[in-house]
Amino acid sequence: MRVLVANRGEIALRVMRTARALGYGCVAVHAPGEGDALHARAADLAVEVLSYLDGAAVIAAARATGAGMVHPGYGFLSENAGFARACAEAGLIFVGPSPEAIALMGDKGRAKDAAAAAGVPVLPGGGPEAAKAIGVPLMVKAAMGGGGKGMRLVTDLAELPEALDRAASEALKSFGDGSLIVEKALLNPRHVEVQVFGDRHGNVVHLGERDCSIQRRHQKVVEEAPSPAVDAALRERMGAAAVALARACGYVGAGTVEFLLEDGDFWFLEMNTRLQVEHPVTEAVTGLDLVDWQFRVARGEALPLRQEEIALSGHAIEVRLYAEDPANGYLPQTGVVHHWQPGAGLRADHALVAGQAVGAGFDPMLAKLIAQGETREEARQALGEGLARTALLGLRSNLSFLREVVDHPVFAEGQATTAFLTRDFTPAASEPDPALLALAVLVLAGAPARRFGFTTGPAPRLTRRFDTGSGVEEVSLTLDGSSAILPDGRRITLDSRDKTHVRARIDGIARDLPFAQEGAVLCIGDLILTDITLAPAAVRDEGGDGRVLAPMAGSVVQVLVAEGARVEKGQTLAVLEAMKMEHPLRAPIAGRVTALTLTPGAQVRARQILIEITPEDS
Amino acid sequence: MAVLSASCEAGSAAFAANAAAMEAAVAPVLAVREAVEAAAEAVRARYARRGQLLPRERLALLLDPGAPWLELCAYAGWKRYGDKDGTGAGAGAIAGIGRIEGRSCVVVVDNFAVKGGTVTPDGLAKKLRLQEVARENRLPLVSLSQSGGANLQYAHEVFIPGGRGFANQARLSALGIPQVTVVHGSATAGGAYQPGLSDYVIMVRGQATMYLAGPPLLKAATGEVATDEDLGGAAMHTQVSGVGDYLAEDDADGIRLARAVIAALRWPRDGGAAAVEAPLFPATDLMGLVPADAKQPYDCREIIARLVDGSDFLDFKPEYDAATLCGHARIEGHAIGIIGNNGPITAQGAAKAGQFIQLCDQAGMPLLFLHNTTGFLVGTEPERAGIIKHGSKMIQAVANARVPKLSVVVGGSYGAGNYAMCGRGFDPRFLFAWPNARTSVMGPAQAGQVMRIVTEAAMQRAGAVDSARLDALEQGTAAMLAEATTALASSARLEDDGIIDPRQTRDILGLVLGLIASEGARVTRETTFGVARL
Repeated sequence: MRVLVANRGEIALRVMRTARALGYGCVAVHAPGEGDALHARAADLAVEVLSYLDGAAVIAAARATGAGMVHPGYGFLSENAGFARACAEAGLIFVGPSPEAIALMGDKGRAKDAAAAAGVPVLPGGGPEAAKAIGVPLMVKAAMGGGGKGMRLVTDLAELPEALDRAASEALKSFGDGSLIVEKALLNPRHVEVQVFGDRHGNVVHLGERDCSIQRRHQKVVEEAPSPAVDAALRERMGAAAVALARACGYVGAGTVEFLLEDGDFWFLEMNTRLQVEHPVTEAVTGLDLVDWQFRVARGEALPLRQEEIALSGHAIEVRLYAEDPANGYLPQTGVVHHWQPGAGLRADHALVAGQAVGAGFDPMLAKLIAQGETREEARQALGEGLARTALLGLRSNLSFLREVVDHPVFAEGQATTAFLTRDFTPAASEPDPALLALAVLVLAGAPARRFGFTTGPAPRLTRRFDTGSGVEEVSLTLDGSSAILPDGRRITLDSRDKTHVRARIDGIARDLPFAQEGAVLCIGDLILTDITLAPAAVRDEGGDGRVLAPMAGSVVQVLVAEGARVEKGQTLAVLEAMKMEHPLRAPIAGRVTALTLTPGAQVRARQILIEITPEDS
Repeated sequence: MAVLSASCEAGSAAFAANAAAMEAAVAPVLAVREAVEAAAEAVRARYARRGQLLPRERLALLLDPGAPWLELCAYAGWKRYGDKDGTGAGAGAIAGIGRIEGRSCVVVVDNFAVKGGTVTPDGLAKKLRLQEVARENRLPLVSLSQSGGANLQYAHEVFIPGGRGFANQARLSALGIPQVTVVHGSATAGGAYQPGLSDYVIMVRGQATMYLAGPPLLKAATGEVATDEDLGGAAMHTQVSGVGDYLAEDDADGIRLARAVIAALRWPRDGGAAAVEAPLFPATDLMGLVPADAKQPYDCREIIARLVDGSDFLDFKPEYDAATLCGHARIEGHAIGIIGNNGPITAQGAAKAGQFIQLCDQAGMPLLFLHNTTGFLVGTEPERAGIIKHGSKMIQAVANARVPKLSVVVGGSYGAGNYAMCGRGFDPRFLFAWPNARTSVMGPAQAGQVMRIVTEAAMQRAGAVDSARLDALEQGTAAMLAEATTALASSARLEDDGIIDPRQTRDILGLVLGLIASEGARVTRETTFGVARL
């Protein structure tokens, strides 16, 4: 039996890993230009499709390769009821719930009604017309949406019409459907979700909760299991509510019921009918393989465990490494991965290789890094250590941002809510440490080498300028052998280097730093630097005096302006014929023509002043 | 070979006293260097306002960062030609051998920041010496020019020898040694020919001017009124006259272009550093080896043990004469013959050295002379032994040996000993001096005594001996000579290529031996007339 994995990146690799363990052959689909991607190479067979969203092409690929199952991963076609139905019609097993369950939960309004009907607490809400009755604060959401797109928080009813307009247009653009719902908004809730599993034999269990409160722009950044805010009693109540909802809609496979939690009360948010990005933290604390369960359920087996057999042990935390600039509104970044090394002791789900280009065409998530421990603090420490040892060179990422989040006292105490990033967290200054810039100078100059920095004159003082991608930074230093000394007296020494690491002593403390050099670009630590010290200078305006000179001897063919005319820089003023070629005479500056002695047919000498332009004050 | 042992103990009281004396000799040299730097620093703001970089900043931009820099003739002109405060050290230029785009080059940066960068006779002599370094070692010559022109007070001393600078430029071009000049400031009259005779000329817009007569002289001579820019600006020369080849927007841009020109040349990059065997004893010992009292003898092998690979030295004819030391060794892998002094040169010693020099010439090995001699042995016995004949033999060998010669004055270099040990008059490829060096025709005390004896004899003939006058004469002569024989005074007269820190001796010798060894790789294409600016 072959499984077609209708996805890319880390999740495709993740699914194939379990598929192979179960003895399945693997088929990949890949977008044009991704034929060399890890997921395509990891599969036995790979088929190019125009788009990962092209369900018909995916089904055709499954047919062509003899695949009997389709695993959609997350995103793309995973919550597309039409695709699930098309798979069934094509005789393919879709690894996921029924098209009906997908459709029901994909409609926020209907999903909420179903939850209420199953006895799950829901926030007051309804169509946009219900807004006034609910009052502020209010959340506007795309009915068919997800991933934070089309969401708007309204704290003043006067802002409502505009919020509705903008959310509707965003929803239409993102989901092809502009319908909206409104809902009572909580200002400081946690995002806690319960992993559920159902089979075709009527069994439904939950695998505990995940706390995904740390989000930026409604997208998750840090996830953990269990939630520091959930005790056994609350876990049982939330688990029961999630199971009740799954049971009510005849749910089969892996699903996640998301709740908002505030002060021990919880409300239904939505249900995701697929494997979640953050499923590894649940795997860590349950010791289970969720993809393995998905396949078993898909081929008709009963769930391997009953609820009472599912035990949680220890704690796990996951962070999402994104190609984005947290200091710049989380703007997605593109570039080439020069070096990638996940820190030791972490589970790293990724599909990165050195030399890989990260484009803007797909989700900017690069990898998931997961740490676990006996206790939450143990897991957090392990994650912090692992992140400190994680190296990603070549493009800007949120790596140092993740380190700061994991080290933050509010997170350390388990107190982070969905308001954490906007309320509690202040990112560290983004100016690069001059010590790292000095180290970059040493690296670029080839230190350490015999007689590096040797001089019989005064100690050489170097001033180098770097383009950091977000600005220009200058560093001044004095060389003392293989050491650089900053104006404030800090000493940076480059002890050794290989292709991917430098060993440096900064302020007497030795450390290994990842580095990569590609042409003029140097990646070191989290910095991406281009030495622009000797970049060509911008040409100063040559036409400063406003005189137009004949480039060579010839005759005037055309005069296009008159004395007194106002001309723009670069405008053609006259045409000269010389050596059987026509040469346009252009205005070197903008201004008014103050002298012009040309007449068509006149002979001119080389370098003869033909026209003078006087700049005008604007 | 034979590994040298060291008898000098770094922890001993004598070592400490010697080191203190050497530090005391280093201090005034460093003070001169710091005074020159401070003088340049003092005008930083003025040049920064004009958007100009200081000479040291230009140099730092020009050279490959971190690559070795061998500064040459840094003390030329010190306290000479009206230099009262000693900041004239360097004679208007910062010069040496540095690496540009991986290629060793001779670099001359006009030090306009100190005393306006005007050219004194020493300044000219320094530039001629740098041209010689470029020619002998076959290195491209890169100049960053911004000169105040000749110091008119000494114009008559500069005028005729100055012609040699231009002749050298033409000949270097003919030899195929590229000369690149960035004109950062004014280059007037004779000064205009320096860039004019370069193979590649880069001019900085708005700063560089080149003309035979500036606007004031032009007006006086012909009545023509012209602006700087029209008469000889960078834009005019690169766009109209063709005197300049590349137009730079500012100082840094000009330096970028100079580096680009060097990078574009078909000129081999310096070789990579091969692993070398270090001496067994640390270079820091060199500070404490030389007795504080110059009259105390010491074994030159102690120095050699700190300079050569593995402290490995094959003594030549050690039983024949002990005062003149000859032997084979390697420095950073380069085989050399070393000649040192453990006392005055005897007839036997001169013969031994003469033979050894011929052997090295036969083997094509560079020679290293470590000067520490009061000269040739004097007296009836040496004269009867034919010391003049044997000394002449040694001098003939030194002068005519075809291999490159290096000299380091590690102590005294007196009398004909200076000649026999390849002093400046014998054109060693490079000559460096330790801060404790003394170079003179004879010792100051001896000179004083000679003057006393000769004068006393004259007084006796005249019938009246004035011993007070004789005391003053003896002391005055000794003091005058003592002042003129110091390392700084010699270096100021360009009698060496620089005063060096003893601890850097091995590195410096390794650098220049590397240049010598790679000469063959720098294949030049000679022409008859050089490249004319068309």
